[in-house]
Amino acid sequence: MLRVDRRITKNFDWITLSIVIVIALIGIMTIYSATRPPIEGEHSRFYLRQTLWLIIGIIALFLIVSFDYVWLSRFSLYIYIFGIILLIAVFFLGKAGMGAKRWLSFGPLSFQPSEFFKLAYIIMLAQQLSIINGTITTISLLRLFLLTVLFPFALLIKEPDLGTSLIILAIFVSLILVKGLHKKVVTLLVIISLVSLPFIGTILWEGLKDYQKSRLVAFIEPQIDPTGIGYHITQSKITVGSGKFIGKGYLKGTQGPFRFLPEKHTDFIFAVFAEEWGFIGSIILLLLYLFLILRALDTARKAKDEFGRLLALGITFMFSIYFFVNVGMTLGIMPVVGIPLPFMSYGGTALLSNLFAIGILINIRTRRFYLF
Amino acid sequence: MKSESEKILTISYLAIAAFLLLIIRLWQLQIVQGNEYRKSSETNRLRVITLPAPRGIIFDRNGVPLVKNSSYYCASIIYGEFDRSKVDSLSKVLHVTVEKIHEKINKNGMGPFTLIRLKQGLSFNEVTYIESRRSDFPGLIIEVDVSREYTYGNLGSHLIGYLGKLTPSQLRDPAFRDVPPQAFIGQWGVEMLFDKKLRGNPGERIIEVDALGREIRLLQEKQPMKGEDITLSVDINLQKEAEKAFGERTGALVAVKPKTGEILGLVSKPSFDPNLFARGINYHEWIAITQDKKNPMLNRALQSQYPPGSTFKIITAIAALEEGVITPETKVNCRGGINYGRWHFGCWRKNGHGVVSLHRAIVESCDVYFYEVGRRLGIDKIYDYALSFGMGKETGLELVKERRGLIPNTKWKQEKKKLPWFLGETFNTAIGQGYVATTPIQMAVMTSAVANGGNIYKPTFIKDANPVITGKAKVRPETLEIVKKALSGVVNDPGGTGWAAKSQLMSIGGKTGTAQVVAIKKDSHYLPEKFRDHAWFVAFAPVENPEIALAVFVEHGGHGGVAAAPIAMKAIEGYLNNSKLEKHN
Repeated sequence: MLRVDRRITKNFDWITLSIVIVIALIGIMTIYSATRPPIEGEHSRFYLRQTLWLIIGIIALFLIVSFDYVWLSRFSLYIYIFGIILLIAVFFLGKAGMGAKRWLSFGPLSFQPSEFFKLAYIIMLAQQLSIINGTITTISLLRLFLLTVLFPFALLIKEPDLGTSLIILAIFVSLILVKGLHKKVVTLLVIISLVSLPFIGTILWEGLKDYQKSRLVAFIEPQIDPTGIGYHITQSKITVGSGKFIGKGYLKGTQGPFRFLPEKHTDFIFAVFAEEWGFIGSIILLLLYLFLILRALDTARKAKDEFGRLLALGITFMFSIYFFVNVGMTLGIMPVVGIPLPFMSYGGTALLSNLFAIGILINIRTRRFYLF
Repeated sequence: MKSESEKILTISYLAIAAFLLLIIRLWQLQIVQGNEYRKSSETNRLRVITLPAPRGIIFDRNGVPLVKNSSYYCASIIYGEFDRSKVDSLSKVLHVTVEKIHEKINKNGMGPFTLIRLKQGLSFNEVTYIESRRSDFPGLIIEVDVSREYTYGNLGSHLIGYLGKLTPSQLRDPAFRDVPPQAFIGQWGVEMLFDKKLRGNPGERIIEVDALGREIRLLQEKQPMKGEDITLSVDINLQKEAEKAFGERTGALVAVKPKTGEILGLVSKPSFDPNLFARGINYHEWIAITQDKKNPMLNRALQSQYPPGSTFKIITAIAALEEGVITPETKVNCRGGINYGRWHFGCWRKNGHGVVSLHRAIVESCDVYFYEVGRRLGIDKIYDYALSFGMGKETGLELVKERRGLIPNTKWKQEKKKLPWFLGETFNTAIGQGYVATTPIQMAVMTSAVANGGNIYKPTFIKDANPVITGKAKVRPETLEIVKKALSGVVNDPGGTGWAAKSQLMSIGGKTGTAQVVAIKKDSHYLPEKFRDHAWFVAFAPVENPEIALAVFVEHGGHGGVAAAPIAMKAIEGYLNNSKLEKHN
């Protein structure tokens, strides 16, 4: 059926794929350790499910690499509309978890539409930006904002999914900065921000939910109440710090299985890894991520067209933000925002959509030559 | 306008910079503060529970337990794990006010793993209620502790003593390094004296717990080692009878076994309830005890010294017989007093005793007779004999800091007062007044030496301990026979001053003493209490083969024969009766 181009196999980006698979396997190992029962008892099945999702994700990745990413540009609007429909569907069909509606269920499977939406959004944004010639004018900035950002942002805030909504905003800002703004727009934005500066803090603060506010307070002053809101931060730092230079050893960590560390196999998985593998292991893992990011940036640089370049950058920004914010939060230098560590945190939808994204990156890199 | 490649290069540098920031932070957490966090993760997970060692039991000489160990439950919280918003509901469960809980937390909360005891002595219902709702109160734990219960309360409290927390100086003392900082150790009396033996070794349980405080597994357990039991030489029955006889009066009693120096009883009144100290005395109770005008914390048996009054005539008589200045037949005519220079030295009986020999002089406690004897002896001879009977120095009972008492002589007067010795002072000393001062325990040791043929033993609290002889009184057996006969007469002869100690059950010998507080000699009963004389009585029994020797002192008690003698009799009966019963059984 599929005609496999020889150039695809020849230029395929095995390096990116290997790094991602290594990180994902480290993730599964760490999930296994974090969710093991403290004494004899049944082991929870998180690590098995994650393995299954990894296999599915790799297959999906190859499927995505098999067709030219230019098709994504052509179908970007439909993909985007489909993403929006999914987000809306959450409101009517979604199930709640931890005070927020983020999940859609299909029989035994449940998934988070916002994970897929991010990709659809990046594709849409890249396509819209790629058709602009030169720098962005005020009109086109407004059009872009209204068309791509405002509606989903409002939906995500309403869910509420603060993490994803902020990511969407951040990607938007980074991409328009890379694309370049017209001088008039820059002047206008500076004036607007200066005027609204006194109010912006209050508006943001009032818009936050109580648990979000307390997280911010806890980030600034975790000692205020070590058992309450500061608990996550305190325990995360203990978990990381107690690993010392060489770590406690695999399956020797205690903070996760003994439940001192909350969200041990999801948002705080890096802490569990750092506890068991120490400073040495952590540096190696962080280097893998850094290498992945630099490689993705290189892919953007080498992309054969504007759309590919912006798409690769959008995906890179997404991974980078996730990575730095998550690790920063685990190390206590960022507020606790509920966002996972890409490829490591437990979560099927996130792993699948991240592998989609990697598939797109590989696709762009593989087809970087104007040969057809 | 930058080229696309340059822009991407800038982004790459940003990524590398952010990466380096993470590494610096990692280095800070794992290398710089690593040890600290490792410790926190251990304390998170490991809980060390001290298992208190049951303290050794203290028995009296007949095997009657004087103390009990009773365990009780306490509700404590682990500071860092406790959720402060739960104070209200916890207050209802424990029946402790919210303010009190906050106060305790604020006072003791230091490290996140500090244990703060909120309530002691939980009822069984409270324990089961809390255990079943453990998850509602994270950080709340039930501890078991053992406290000391003093079965007899105030009885013998100066002797048994009490427990207390380590004092700040003890906390720094390497000798107490093995003692857990919260533990109670002996701080007074026998509890303190034999603390090392009684204490035992605490055990330890190291358990792993999860974040909810549930036990995961036991990692290590060391069973506590119970402290050694000790059997005292004290007879609780004697103690009981003696303290009952004292009633509300202030004073002391020391009873020893003449043949060994074992302490049979030791009373100091007023006393205190050691149970107050057992679980930690509170501030108000402590103030009430220490500021009591009668000073219940003073051990009067060892720490109060007063002129021994006529009980000292025993020493004067022995010295005179030994030095040959008199014979038992030497007679003196008592007309109720003698004049020396400008001064008049009266006899307690204004009308005089008439012509008396040594025996009657002791029995009726004639002062004029002993003025004459004193004159013949001279102060320095009296001094020598008094010292050989253990006066003027510590007896060596290691209970509290003992006072030495005072036996004056010419040298002492010269050194301290820069004055020569006057004969009138010899008169006073010969009848136990003036400078001379003794403690009740010294008088008991002296009486014991009279009863046992002149051996001075170091007093001990341990039953059947090897007797330690610290001195030999300068006295021959013949002399002691004469004196003992006279002392028996004090109690049993008609006209004897110690008639009130006469017992229907056994023969008692003794000597009364009345120490003057003010020079006016009036009938003591009409004086305000603080001007009344101090009453003394020393005794031994049975006269033929003494099993017990004792000294009784009643502060401001009035006449020794009236105030102190009946107490001595009750104590002796309490002891000898009891030991007879024991033999029957």
